[in-house]
Amino acid sequence: MIEIKDLVKDYDSTRAVDHLNLTIGKGEIFGLLGPNGAGKTTIILTLLGLSEPTSGSVTVNGWNATSEPIRVKKITGYLPDDVGFSENSIGLQSLVYTAMLNGIPREKAIESARELLEIVGLQDAADQKTKTYSKGMTQRLGLADVLIKEPQIMILDEPTIGIDPRGIHDFLDLIRKLSKEKGMTVLLSSHLLHQVQKICDRVGILVSGKLLAEGNVHDLADKLFGARETSFTVVADPVTDELIHKLQELPSVTDVKKNGTGFIVTGSKVAAPHISQTVVQSGAKLYRISGKEYGLDDIYQHYFEGGVNHV
Amino acid sequence: MSDKPAPFRVMVEKEIADHVRSWRFMILVGLILLTTSGSIYTILSVIRENPAELSAESTYLFLSLFTSSINNLPPFITLIGFLGPLVGIALGFDAVNSERNNGTISRILSQPIPRDYFINSKFSGALIVVFTLVFSLGFLVLGLGILYIGILPEFEEFVRILMFLLFTCIYIAFWLNLGITFSIIFRQASTSALSVLGIWLFFTVFYGMIVRIGTQAFIPNEAVANSLTLMLSRVSPDYLFNELTTVLLTPSIRSLGALSFEQVSETLPSTLPLGQSMLLVWPDITALIAGTLICFGISYALFMRQEIRA
Repeated sequence: MIEIKDLVKDYDSTRAVDHLNLTIGKGEIFGLLGPNGAGKTTIILTLLGLSEPTSGSVTVNGWNATSEPIRVKKITGYLPDDVGFSENSIGLQSLVYTAMLNGIPREKAIESARELLEIVGLQDAADQKTKTYSKGMTQRLGLADVLIKEPQIMILDEPTIGIDPRGIHDFLDLIRKLSKEKGMTVLLSSHLLHQVQKICDRVGILVSGKLLAEGNVHDLADKLFGARETSFTVVADPVTDELIHKLQELPSVTDVKKNGTGFIVTGSKVAAPHISQTVVQSGAKLYRISGKEYGLDDIYQHYFEGGVNHV
Repeated sequence: MSDKPAPFRVMVEKEIADHVRSWRFMILVGLILLTTSGSIYTILSVIRENPAELSAESTYLFLSLFTSSINNLPPFITLIGFLGPLVGIALGFDAVNSERNNGTISRILSQPIPRDYFINSKFSGALIVVFTLVFSLGFLVLGLGILYIGILPEFEEFVRILMFLLFTCIYIAFWLNLGITFSIIFRQASTSALSVLGIWLFFTVFYGMIVRIGTQAFIPNEAVANSLTLMLSRVSPDYLFNELTTVLLTPSIRSLGALSFEQVSETLPSTLPLGQSMLLVWPDITALIAGTLICFGISYALFMRQEIRA
């Protein structure tokens, strides 16, 4: 559905996007993860033909986004990160306006605007001025605004920014539900990884305009941390110096640190059975042993730390 | 009308609705109505009670409605020349930057419309508002005059007034475009408003003074100094407009510069026909239209090149 080939975008002297290649399939929810200034919005604007690439090409549904932006924009709904509605507009009215810009006649537009307002839970605020809306309401109106043109692709730039945690949950659920119901392709950018983790089929990590990794969350973790050490939290009693000494001598263990009720062991993945065996053999009671699985948090940390080094 | 709405039309309609409903526009209209009605009312009562008070050579009664000044009240033409640019600036100075700050611009531009629809609709919408305002105002004065004086304007008078209204619109469009241009350059609406107002003030108040002082100081020959002053003054759109409208509405003006005695001798002190008046101000007309178009061209080019998110 979306195909980005060798995309480069320069602003004056800075390179915002650096030889980016990315393909997003139909019906997929793709999360573009990256810190602020990584080039997420630039990529999105290029996808919509609102920004011209320095080199490379962007194809949406077979159309070149730079030379045929109107066709692309016809099937793509975009929710900008700083979405807003004009000062004196009324919720329902702004949706109707967007619909009419897409060639939907007024009567039909009013009808579908009412339906959509109900879906996003704004039916009671339909006739209120948009400037009285809270940030969360504005975002939901923005989502309705995206949906009213019945897009095949939804592009959401930082959709959860400024919404409270509960609101975020509902909002993302709504996005996932809508996309799965209607088979919509979704491209979602965020710097908040937990949200992306929750609803995305696949994520890409973008740092300084480069796509450092892509894949689903588990694959990414394996790819990155498979060879690395795992840490185990062990709760046991009593913890004696002798026990710690014994643990340190295990071939699969590299370090042992005491902590409160137990200790933290770093070592390879296969160390777990050896650790438990050692603890039990030393006569201590083993209450709990848990290995830490690397999630998106760590991936994020890993890359963003790396990202800082690159800069 | 087809049932599929044309996007451009929808956008222009929204622009017009936004302008007409804004407090800013209502305040300006109120201001214009108040000041002009004062001027028109005084003139009308003078015409009715003591027509001799009006200048004797003015044979066109309806034109004098627009140009006469009584009791130190400025005439309609001056008031419009003063308030018109304000209307243009008020409609234009935050055209683009307010949409940017509200976060609406990227939303609108992501709809399936060509990018220039945005700037074109801003311009067309405001221009339609200006046309409607100026022509309603002009016809209101005309109608009031007919009602009050009880005679109809001559055809030539009517055409002259139409021309005057048309050029007023173009003059306002000039300031409108300048406002839009600054609204693209500056992110802050207040910065762009102040810049356009600064330019406007400079041309209406200071430019004439500077030119006069400058030429008088450096050129001893009075005739040369005068013609140079005239030439330099015409750089100012304000001066162009005043010259243009004064000539159009005062058929007795026969020349824009100084005439020598040889040129004037043996001429009959008559008024000029419309065609001749138009010919006299043709350069002014051209310059004014060119200025308006140049301003629009600049704003168009700036907008098309500007990154949506800089």
